Amino acid sequence: MRRLNAMGEYFDEMNGAGEGVRAPYARFEDWFQGEDLSALKSKQREAEEVFRLMGITFNVYGRNEAEERLIPFDIIPRIIAAREWQKLSRGIEQRVRAINAFLHDIYHRQEIIRAGRIPKEMIAQNDAFLPQMIGVTPPGGIYTHIVGTDLVRTGDDEFYVLEDNARTPSGVSYMLENRETMLQMFPELFSQNRVRAVSGYPRALQRSLAACAPPRCGGPPCVAVLTPGIHNSAYYEHSFLADKMGVELVEGHDLRVVDGRIAMRTTQGYQHIDVLYRRVDDDYLDPMNFNPDSALGVPGIMDVYRAGGITIANAPGTGIADDKAIYSYIPEIVEFYTGEKAILKNVPTWRCSDPDSLGYVLDNLADLVVKEVHGSGGYGMLIGPTATRKDLRAFEKKLRARPGNYIAQPTLALSTVPIFTREGLAPRHVDLRPFVLVSPDKIDITPGGLTRVALQKGSLVVNSSQGGGTKDTWVLED
Amino acid sequence: MLGKTANGLFWMFRFLERSENTARMIETGQRIALTRAEASDDEWTSILQAAAVSRGYHAKFDEVTRDKAIDWMLRDKGNPSSVRSVIGTARNNARTVRTALTNEVWEAVNSCYIRLNEVLARKVSERDLPKVLEIIRQRSAFVRGATHGTMMRNDCYDFARLGTFLERADNTARILDVKYYVLLPSAMAVGSRLDNVQWETILRSVSAQGGYRMTHGHAVNPRAIAQFLILDRRMPRSLNFCTGKLRDNLGYLASDYGVKQPSNQLVDDLCRRFMSHDIEAIFDYGLHEYIQDVIGTLGGLSRQIEIDYRFYE
Repeated sequence: MRRLNAMGEYFDEMNGAGEGVRAPYARFEDWFQGEDLSALKSKQREAEEVFRLMGITFNVYGRNEAEERLIPFDIIPRIIAAREWQKLSRGIEQRVRAINAFLHDIYHRQEIIRAGRIPKEMIAQNDAFLPQMIGVTPPGGIYTHIVGTDLVRTGDDEFYVLEDNARTPSGVSYMLENRETMLQMFPELFSQNRVRAVSGYPRALQRSLAACAPPRCGGPPCVAVLTPGIHNSAYYEHSFLADKMGVELVEGHDLRVVDGRIAMRTTQGYQHIDVLYRRVDDDYLDPMNFNPDSALGVPGIMDVYRAGGITIANAPGTGIADDKAIYSYIPEIVEFYTGEKAILKNVPTWRCSDPDSLGYVLDNLADLVVKEVHGSGGYGMLIGPTATRKDLRAFEKKLRARPGNYIAQPTLALSTVPIFTREGLAPRHVDLRPFVLVSPDKIDITPGGLTRVALQKGSLVVNSSQGGGTKDTWVLED
Repeated sequence: MLGKTANGLFWMFRFLERSENTARMIETGQRIALTRAEASDDEWTSILQAAAVSRGYHAKFDEVTRDKAIDWMLRDKGNPSSVRSVIGTARNNARTVRTALTNEVWEAVNSCYIRLNEVLARKVSERDLPKVLEIIRQRSAFVRGATHGTMMRNDCYDFARLGTFLERADNTARILDVKYYVLLPSAMAVGSRLDNVQWETILRSVSAQGGYRMTHGHAVNPRAIAQFLILDRRMPRSLNFCTGKLRDNLGYLASDYGVKQPSNQLVDDLCRRFMSHDIEAIFDYGLHEYIQDVIGTLGGLSRQIEIDYRFYE
């Protein structure tokens, strides 16, 4: 695996390692050469105006409650060849199947622990493990209805899974809006390139959720999206998905238990819901079963769930599978449940709870990325190579105080894709989050996904909360 | 449709209507201040009252001045009915009910919010005031146009219309209530220039000068004004017109849902009043008492709608 240090070592997805424009970008390059920079600049501004007008914003935590921000959008698409995508999607599907099997096992017989492939304390002492789910089989046997697998690329044929995001992955609305914006602004690009469509996602999501209706559902399943409300950072996406699926967007106070099922308060009385796509964390889902102070959830929903009265997507307790400590066991998990070698690689991970690993991590802190086991959104992480000595010392203290709270990974040489700047194209680091839908009869992966890009030169942090932007992501037809 | 969504639509459109009404009040005040030699800041006291924002104003300021009154009504975040506050609340409601709106309506509300936040970010100078008021009027017209042109005529539309017409009826009734004394027969006898100013204020603040002229000619007299604002069936801000719309929309809901609600009964009673009364009878009853009565009934109707359609738990 290549390290970050030496300059010029990154794999650029448009220009490869300097041998000329790579095949998937050939047509795009022709188009770009014929374009006028100042015209593109005004297109870039136009794109921002479209996003602002449509209200495609996110709220920033820890700041003024009312502050809404735009995620910067870059007009240069990221392009993936058909053959590259084929391999990726096979790898993702394998991984998602394994994760579902793992979740079922971990809340039932725990064969994988009996077989000695995962230590018992990884589960028993993990906050993400929900004892309330022991012995519960969700409708259709599906735990992770919606997954967003974070991938990074380091070379022509080198992909790594960074995170599995099996709880409530967000960003799919940006994937869809980015494409809509590109279609409007550069229709000619889509005549010149055969790009696989992504617009079927909301329908596929609706279909996939409805296919997981619970036993008590009589007629056509009623699906709803549960949001914490308009102040949530991803509220735009919640309303977007409900709107595009043609289902109600509900909050906890719209819901109650009626006749052993979950029902929403409509203008004509209470109406049953069969499948709830919830964008509320486990802990807030049910004040009677989890955090008693939660005003976001529905009292008693877990009891209805356990009795087969409703499907909750994703199932409560799935967090145990995308926990950063469990992550390091995924290759074993894939092998254990599928009998195959994992197609997609894991990033080598040191679990700091292990004294030997901790020693190694402390000795090599300046070369590593250190993450909190339960962290997300790029908060609370250390990127060794770009950290100051003061940062390193401070982090060392945190590591010694609570080693079990951290994992460490080598700093990957993330691939770059050009972005549009005032001076023309300039390479920036990217990752990729494809979106996966899981139902009893199929696994549906939308071609492409959300490309997040670190807009600062040299930066490796792509999170929108940390100044990252997004790009339209193309998977070309064969 | 969720009860919460009905609530959100109802209030979103109430607030949008209010922003327009407030802008019109400011326009009226400014116009009178500019065209009457003897006009003083007293005019703004009555404008603040008619806009129902005077209590908050007096809690913050000791004296009424033009600048302070305009800023309070346009921009002050401490005033929940200032144009800026109201547009922010309307947009928040729109976000809550986003799934019930068409893209066009949402974009019209959102761009209204963005644009008004720009023009109301700083204190508005006297010179810029007409332009700013025009932008407010224009932006709310965009929302109304998008609503009219793109929304399905289903329950969503009904709740939007209920909000609009309740707010509008309330606004007209309040203006009449604040100014009732200048419409009394005794005022006619006085016939001073001051009364002319007052009558003009009333007509302007409900955009009714043109309509009044067409109906009653140039002779402005208080009885005709009261008749026009309360009973005229063609005047889109009269109490009779607004309650007729309320009855229609509640009727669509009842037939859509197949259930007649107490609110249907309430609005029927209210409409019957306007149909059977003539202005003489209203004056005999007492204009002030009559308007008070209507305001009370409108409030009751609003609460009954909330209950009938489960806006809250």
